[in-house]
Amino acid sequence: MSDSSLRLVWVYPDLLSTYGDQGNVLVTERRARQRRVPVTRIDVRSDQPIPTSGDIYLIGGGEDRPQRLAAERLRRDGGLNRAVDNGAIVFSVCAGYQIIGHEFVNDLGRPEPGLGLLDVVSVRGEGERCVGDVLADIDPALGLPPLTGFENHQGVTHVGKNARPLARTRFGNGNGTGDGTEGAYNETVFGTYMHGPVMARNPQIADLLIKLAMDVRALPPVDDEWYEALRAERIAAASQPA
Amino acid sequence: MAGNAEPLSPRAKLAVTAGKAAAAVSRAAGRGSGSVIGGRVALKLDPDLLARLATHLDVVLVSATNGKTTTTRLLAEALRANGEVVSNALGANMPAGITSALAGGSEARYGVIEVDEKYLAGVARDVKPKAIALLNLSRDQLDRAAETRMLAEKWREGLAGSDAVIIANADDPLITWAASSCPTVVWVAAGQEWKDDAWSCPSCGGVLQRPAEDWFCGECGFRRPTTTWALSGDHVIDPYGSAWPIQLQLPGRANKSNAAVSAAAAAAFGVDPKVALERMYKVQAVAGRYDVVQFHDRDVRLLLAKNPAGWLETFSLIDGPPTPVILSVNARGADGTDTSWLWDVDYTRLAGHPIRVIGDRKLDLAVRLEVAGLEFQVCQDFDEAVRTSPAGRIEAIANYTAFQDLRRRVGN
Repeated sequence: MSDSSLRLVWVYPDLLSTYGDQGNVLVTERRARQRRVPVTRIDVRSDQPIPTSGDIYLIGGGEDRPQRLAAERLRRDGGLNRAVDNGAIVFSVCAGYQIIGHEFVNDLGRPEPGLGLLDVVSVRGEGERCVGDVLADIDPALGLPPLTGFENHQGVTHVGKNARPLARTRFGNGNGTGDGTEGAYNETVFGTYMHGPVMARNPQIADLLIKLAMDVRALPPVDDEWYEALRAERIAAASQPA
Repeated sequence: MAGNAEPLSPRAKLAVTAGKAAAAVSRAAGRGSGSVIGGRVALKLDPDLLARLATHLDVVLVSATNGKTTTTRLLAEALRANGEVVSNALGANMPAGITSALAGGSEARYGVIEVDEKYLAGVARDVKPKAIALLNLSRDQLDRAAETRMLAEKWREGLAGSDAVIIANADDPLITWAASSCPTVVWVAAGQEWKDDAWSCPSCGGVLQRPAEDWFCGECGFRRPTTTWALSGDHVIDPYGSAWPIQLQLPGRANKSNAAVSAAAAAAFGVDPKVALERMYKVQAVAGRYDVVQFHDRDVRLLLAKNPAGWLETFSLIDGPPTPVILSVNARGADGTDTSWLWDVDYTRLAGHPIRVIGDRKLDLAVRLEVAGLEFQVCQDFDEAVRTSPAGRIEAIANYTAFQDLRRRVGN
């Protein structure tokens, strides 16, 4: 952490906040504060510069045109890339996941350059839109319980050799590549197709980001009663699609 | 203009009769009002029936994400000052339901028609309305609804060059974008609490600047138009600057906004705003919304909130703390199956209220409220929630199918 407080940056809520993406910010902030970690939350609109001194950057989902506008503005700004060079953590969802990769297909049907922060490339899927509950096993290296989320995307994302799939799906589509992968990550940059929001259903991911940012191995436990009840319900729902 | 100068063709008559028969069968089978099935049968026999039925009427269409059913009722009541009105007052707002409603009003002068957002352009093309009232557009049913901005774009294309007078809420940038391609627009300052679907300029994608009540794009110059009608507190200001009191039985700022747009629309048909607003007082709970019911010896007010903008408006109309609140959320087909919108709603507005949580997705709500730092109690059902709520009239806020569940439970 750059100073005594955890600097939590929400990137472009004006463009990338279509699917309750504020939830990831709220859950991360709440769980840090429950550990008595002071938090400075910084919401950055797309006409403002991205601060380079943040600890955790959260990027949400959005529709096709806002996604292109966000990619254009983030490339022009350059702040997020500099922050990652400084060691910042990035967690991105859906449209945001595609933006931090090398390339995706924009609303005009053309390839749009991403930020190249994560070794993934996204294309538009040919099949039906992926909509519904997902259950997946997170890469054992991360030591996290199963991933539950709600997917709603047309995109297909291929994970390159400099990134690892975040999870392997048991139910649902994930990256949509047909090989059962979902999301991707490297040392500090994470991407997923999971909404829900994903932190509300997987608060351990918020904890992981906080630990990485603070460079600690463990956090004091908090009461996860409602999160656990919700997880159990959604995991059961994903296992028995209607 | 109106009246039945040209009788329906034999084919159209047959279609209307067959539709009514199908509706009667559906009703007899206990499957609701039968208006949708009746309309479907009739449209199958005569695909142009909707257009034909409408030629005998002065039609006004009403569309929006929120408030279209209520506004349709308010406007219908206002226009009754001038003549008989036929309307799809029960909210069957797709072409089949609309056809069925119009078929039931052969003597009417006006047709006041609520239209589902996705069908507006098509219905407008078919029925050639004299006026169209556009209230607001915001996110709704995330898993299947069209992108909100795309919907505004479709309206803009579909309504471009329309002969109708458009009565539009200038405080909603998406509505403004949709309406501003039309030659005749009456702009109403009708207000809008929810702003999170219109931070991007619908024209150029620039970031909208929103100082106080104004809005404009700093890049392309697209901006809030000058309004001729306005909602100002409890009054409607007409184009001459006269203030007319709004007296409604329906609660909340959003309904005052609906009344302001309705008054402006009624004026387009020559109804004086004073007369229009007085008549609107007659409108009571629409399809059970805002109804106060007795349940387990308690007074419970039933409030419908289908999407983040609706929840925001609902929070501003409920009685203050320590009034008990029951929240119920489902995620069935008609609700949209994605619950992530819960995180767009600012539940901290409920601080100080005793809160009970029910519905299919009560656990999603529980996590949401926990993260908001609120005290709450998860209950198995409505009965338990009502019985365990502390004293006072209970405000029960539910999304679409959850609301229907509550009405069914209380026998409303």
